[in-house]
Amino acid sequence: MIKNALNIEIPEYLEGLGKLEPYQGVWNKLQKGWMDEQTVPPAIKARLPHSSKMHNNLEEAILKCNPRNGMTVSFHHHLRGGDCILIQAITILANMGIKDITLASSSLTSAHESVLPYIEEGTITQIYSSGIRGTIGEACAKGVLQKPFVIHSHGGRVRSVQTGKIQIDLAIIAASAADEEGNATGTHGPSAFGSMGYAMIDAWYAKQVVIVTDNLVNYPCVPPSIRQNYVDYVVATDTIGDAKKIASGTTRITKAPLDLRIARIASDTIINSGYFKNGISFQVGAGGASLAVARFIREAMKKHNIKGSFLLGGVTSYGVDMLNEGLFHAIFDVQSFDAAVSSSLKEHPYHIEIPAGLYANPFNCGCMINKLDVVVLGALEVDVNFNVNVITGSEGEVRGASGGHSDTAAGAKLTVVVCPSFRGRLPIIKKNVNNVVTPGESVDVVVTERGICVNPKNKELKANLLEAGMHVREIADLEKEVDKITGTPEKIEHTNKIVGVIEYRDGTIIDTIKQIKV
Amino acid sequence: MNTHNIKKRRSMLYIPGNNPAMLQQGGVYGADSVLLDLEDAVALNQKDAARILVRNMLKEVDYYGCEITIRVNHINTPFGVADLEEIVPLQPDALRLPKTETVEELSKVLKIIEEIENRYGLAHDKMKIHVMIESALGVQNVYELASHSPRIDAITIGGQDLTADMQIEKSKDNYGIDYARKRIVMASKATKIDAMDTVYADVEDEEGLREETAYIKKLGFTGKAVINPRQISIVNEVFTPTDTEIRKAYRIVKAYYENKAKDLGVFAVDGKMVDAPVVTRAMHTLALADIEVEPVK
Repeated sequence: MIKNALNIEIPEYLEGLGKLEPYQGVWNKLQKGWMDEQTVPPAIKARLPHSSKMHNNLEEAILKCNPRNGMTVSFHHHLRGGDCILIQAITILANMGIKDITLASSSLTSAHESVLPYIEEGTITQIYSSGIRGTIGEACAKGVLQKPFVIHSHGGRVRSVQTGKIQIDLAIIAASAADEEGNATGTHGPSAFGSMGYAMIDAWYAKQVVIVTDNLVNYPCVPPSIRQNYVDYVVATDTIGDAKKIASGTTRITKAPLDLRIARIASDTIINSGYFKNGISFQVGAGGASLAVARFIREAMKKHNIKGSFLLGGVTSYGVDMLNEGLFHAIFDVQSFDAAVSSSLKEHPYHIEIPAGLYANPFNCGCMINKLDVVVLGALEVDVNFNVNVITGSEGEVRGASGGHSDTAAGAKLTVVVCPSFRGRLPIIKKNVNNVVTPGESVDVVVTERGICVNPKNKELKANLLEAGMHVREIADLEKEVDKITGTPEKIEHTNKIVGVIEYRDGTIIDTIKQIKV
Repeated sequence: MNTHNIKKRRSMLYIPGNNPAMLQQGGVYGADSVLLDLEDAVALNQKDAARILVRNMLKEVDYYGCEITIRVNHINTPFGVADLEEIVPLQPDALRLPKTETVEELSKVLKIIEEIENRYGLAHDKMKIHVMIESALGVQNVYELASHSPRIDAITIGGQDLTADMQIEKSKDNYGIDYARKRIVMASKATKIDAMDTVYADVEDEEGLREETAYIKKLGFTGKAVINPRQISIVNEVFTPTDTEIRKAYRIVKAYYENKAKDLGVFAVDGKMVDAPVVTRAMHTLALADIEVEPVK
């Protein structure tokens, strides 16, 4: 075991993952500007002219891809709660008797819970994903997988693919419209879901690519997010999922008074931070409270006549409204959080679809998070050193998503974490978080209903907020106050077995997830 | 004249006394004042539990400088005296007396409060009294009630009970209680105490709340009760002075202190004569904007 820069013990070698590199600091690995890691080129393929890529069903297409034990299969999660392709594909593979699959979905949502039996029976033995939720997350924390799972960030996933850490044998990509050659998009059709930012990477790097669509259109499919030269097979199916479940309730502005209060304080924090000026670039999540911050920022931009540069990341119709109102010059969209966004993506020239690598991959000449002024992020837990946990819940279960959390926190000039100081009986501001996903070094300010805590490294921000008369306080004092209210919950009981690791965006290991004692 | 005596009472958040979670969070929403309710928000079979809970919360919870007012049950109910016995020793900032109608009744309550304070060796001037007018008789007697004791520092209107007593429907425009509102404001101005307006019941109608708050501000109310934390920022915003108002008030108060230091009498700001009521209003404006002007020594 070796201690990483956060003083967390990391094994130097882990069966199923191999040699591990401990986290060294936000920029330590990247600061020299070029990387030593090997890179894996996209697969080289050939195809004869006028041969058909079309197949009658997914099973036929998968069979053509020479499925084998030990293969890595990837999916995107752009359909979020409405996806039905992942389950179909895994069921087909299981029925073929394929075992030991590494599941590399960009994220796993509530739609994927029925994959659990395939984990239990050994069809799937390892997972690489930015998020694991629900019953799969609970089972993973209990050690159901045969090999340790890896939680990566959105940017980290692209790096993993480029460096060959994740070698995708088969990418199965749902598209809301595609043609017979595999030109594919998510911007139109009955199941339109918007950007294909994550799927693009898989299409470029996978050895075999299958496009599945419920809307086969005449050649050529326009605009093509994925182009035909990357696609091996095309399957027309009845449905790729339920587009209504893309939003799954997360993209409405909250009416919860506490969330609104936190959002109001967060927007005031941004307005008084020194970064709220013409040309501001901005990212918020799709959660109710984050959207509420966007609402207040939108009002403030109108009031102060501020014109922003770009909105980034997961995009909601709220962001689209701001683009249409001229509050921002452009949107760079890696993932659309509601179906309503897709028509804007198709029609507005400054609503631009970007691949996940351009969004957040740390191993390139400049991803877009490096141009970000302000990002607003949520948290399951924050500790007195500003470290943030967005992956494990109060009982040690895996229930969240790393997503672009650590990517954007690292890139933005101002990283604002919004959370209540406690939820129900549980403290959110704690001495130590269960697991670190985003290091405190990359967090500037934590906004709660009980005051604003500024990272001591950002003295200027603290001075600006104090001058504006805001309720700035020390995070250690807030932690004590919360502890007085909720008490300190008993520590989660773990075994020594590491069931998963949390990879920082640069590929180093920032934390491990240990098996919960049952 | 002293700005420190001017309280900000733009918004007063009602919190049911039988809801631990809401009581716990009451101070974090940005209200100037919280009203922990033992009366209408609490079911009859939970009165004792609410009383104990509020008592404990008063000892434990940090309300971050909010004015804390407790609404007790009416003295003629089985719960009134018990509420006073429990709450008075804790000396919150204020007690709110519901359905107050006559000076005799008010006198009786004040006497009980003072007896309890005497028992505990407490002064009679720390905990203030808010008189709540919720009946036609109360409206008729409002000036006498407001001026009855120096402990009374706010008078409020309860719209629901008042309309019931008047046997009218409580309409969205609150037309039926307009006379009562104006009369209550006048009594408050005559006695130099605050006037707080009734709640706006439709929490989804933010524009309606904003319009009503702007209206009652024009009538002369100093603040408004709210039933949902989401209403606080709207009420606060309406009652918070504009930049122009703040700048003007600042010039007046600064000139006032400078002239006072030089022992000069009447003075002018922006070409207009300034007298005592203008200075008082300017100080109030600055207090609402959290601005203090140091007297010139």
